Amino acid sequence: MSKPPITEADLQAYVDAALPEARYGEVEDYLAAHPEEAERVHAYQAQKQALRALFNPILDEPLPENLRALASPPPIAGVDRPPRPFLARWSLERIAAGVVIAVFSSVAGWMAHGQYQPAESMARAPLLPRQAAVAHVVFSPDVRRPVEISAEHEDQLVAWLSKRLGTPVHPPKLGALGYELIGGRLLPGNSGPVAQFMYHDATGQRLTLYVSTENTANHDTAFRFAQEGPVNVFYWIDGKFGYALSAGIDKGELARVASAVYDQIEHK
Amino acid sequence: MESSAILAEIPRLRRYARVMLGDRAAADDLVQDTLERAWSRLSQWRAGSDMRAWLFGIMHNLRVDQLRRPTLPTHSIDEDDFEMPTRPTQADKLEVRDIESALSGLPDEQREVLLLIALEEMTYAEIAATLGIPVGTVMSRLSRGRERLRMVMDGWHPTVKLRVVR
Repeated sequence: MSKPPITEADLQAYVDAALPEARYGEVEDYLAAHPEEAERVHAYQAQKQALRALFNPILDEPLPENLRALASPPPIAGVDRPPRPFLARWSLERIAAGVVIAVFSSVAGWMAHGQYQPAESMARAPLLPRQAAVAHVVFSPDVRRPVEISAEHEDQLVAWLSKRLGTPVHPPKLGALGYELIGGRLLPGNSGPVAQFMYHDATGQRLTLYVSTENTANHDTAFRFAQEGPVNVFYWIDGKFGYALSAGIDKGELARVASAVYDQIEHK
Repeated sequence: MESSAILAEIPRLRRYARVMLGDRAAADDLVQDTLERAWSRLSQWRAGSDMRAWLFGIMHNLRVDQLRRPTLPTHSIDEDDFEMPTRPTQADKLEVRDIESALSGLPDEQREVLLLIALEEMTYAEIAATLGIPVGTVMSRLSRGRERLRMVMDGWHPTVKLRVVR
C-alpha cells in the first residue's frame, strides 16, 4: 500500500502536533529528504514559541476591577454597567454604542449615567481630527505655498487670524522640540473660519496645528489619538476651542509635541 | 459553574484582544463588551461545551461589527505613549520586537488564526467554529500567515504594496 503524499496541511499539522500518530514518521522522513521544507517547518515552530514568549506575560497581569466584576452576572444588563477607567469611557466605540443604547434602552437607565453627553454633540466629535488630517494632507506637501502668511510676518499672521476667528490665537513656540513655524492660513470650518499653523523640523518633516473655535458642546476632552491613513492626529477640546495636531510622524514623537502645545496654550 | 469558567477565560480574552487591537484600553473595552454580551446570551451556551471557543466567537463577532462601522479609529492614550521610543539593545529583545511588528503587518484574518493556534492552542476545528469559517479556510490562512511572517522576519518583502498617492 502506498502512503499518501505529504501535503501542506500535513506540514502545518506537524508544527501543531495535530497529526494522527502514524503520520509523524512519514512527515519526518519527508522533511529529512527535503531540507528546505524542514527549515520552513522549524521556522514555523520558532514563530509559535516566540509568540508565546512575547504575549504570555499578559496573562499574569492583574485584572481591572470592571472586568473581574463581569465574571458574575451583571445585576441588570445595560443599566448598572461597571464604571470604566476615565479615558476609556470616552472612546468612540463607547460613544457609538452609547447612541445605540440611548435609543433602545430605557430613558431612566440612561439618565442615571450622568457622564454621557447628549448623543448629537458626541457624534460630531470625530469631525475635528478628520478635518485636521485632511487639511494637513492638502497643504503640508505644498512646496511653494504651504501657508498664506509666512512666519517672517508672524505679527500680521497673529493679528489677521485672531481677527478672523474673533478670538486671540497664537502659534505655540516649538523650537525647543526642533519644530520651527513656517506660517499659517485660514480655512473654512463647519460654520466659519478655522486656523492652521504649519511647522517643520530640520529634515523638512511638516506638522500642522489646526485650531477651531466652533466647539459648542459643553465638554472638554483629554488627549485623543486618531489615525487617518499615514497621518497621526492628537486632538483635544478646551472650551470653545478644538485643537488637532497632525503629522506623518510616529505617535510617541507627536504625543511629545502635543503635550508641549497643550502646556503653552494652558499657560499662556 | 459559569462564573468561574468565565473568570478563567478573561486573561485569555484580554491577551487576544490586546494583540489584535494593539491598544490596552480598546482591548479591555472589547473584553467588557464580550462579557456583557456573553451574560446576556448565556442561555445560548450549551453546558459542557467549550466555554473558550464560545467566548472567543462572541469577541470575534463584536470585532467584526466594530470594523464595519465607518468611524475613524481612535483610542485613548496611556502615559507610556509620552515616553520616547528606545531601541532595544539586546539581540533577543530585538527579535521579539521583530515578530511583534511582523505580526502586526499581517492581515487580520491571518493573525487571528495564528494567535488562536499559538496562544489559545485551539484545534483547527475549534478555530473554524470560533471564526465561523470552514476548516479548509483555517488551514489556508494558517499556511499563508506563517509563510508571510517567515518572509518578513527574514527581511524579504514579497509584495510591495502600491499606495494611493493623495
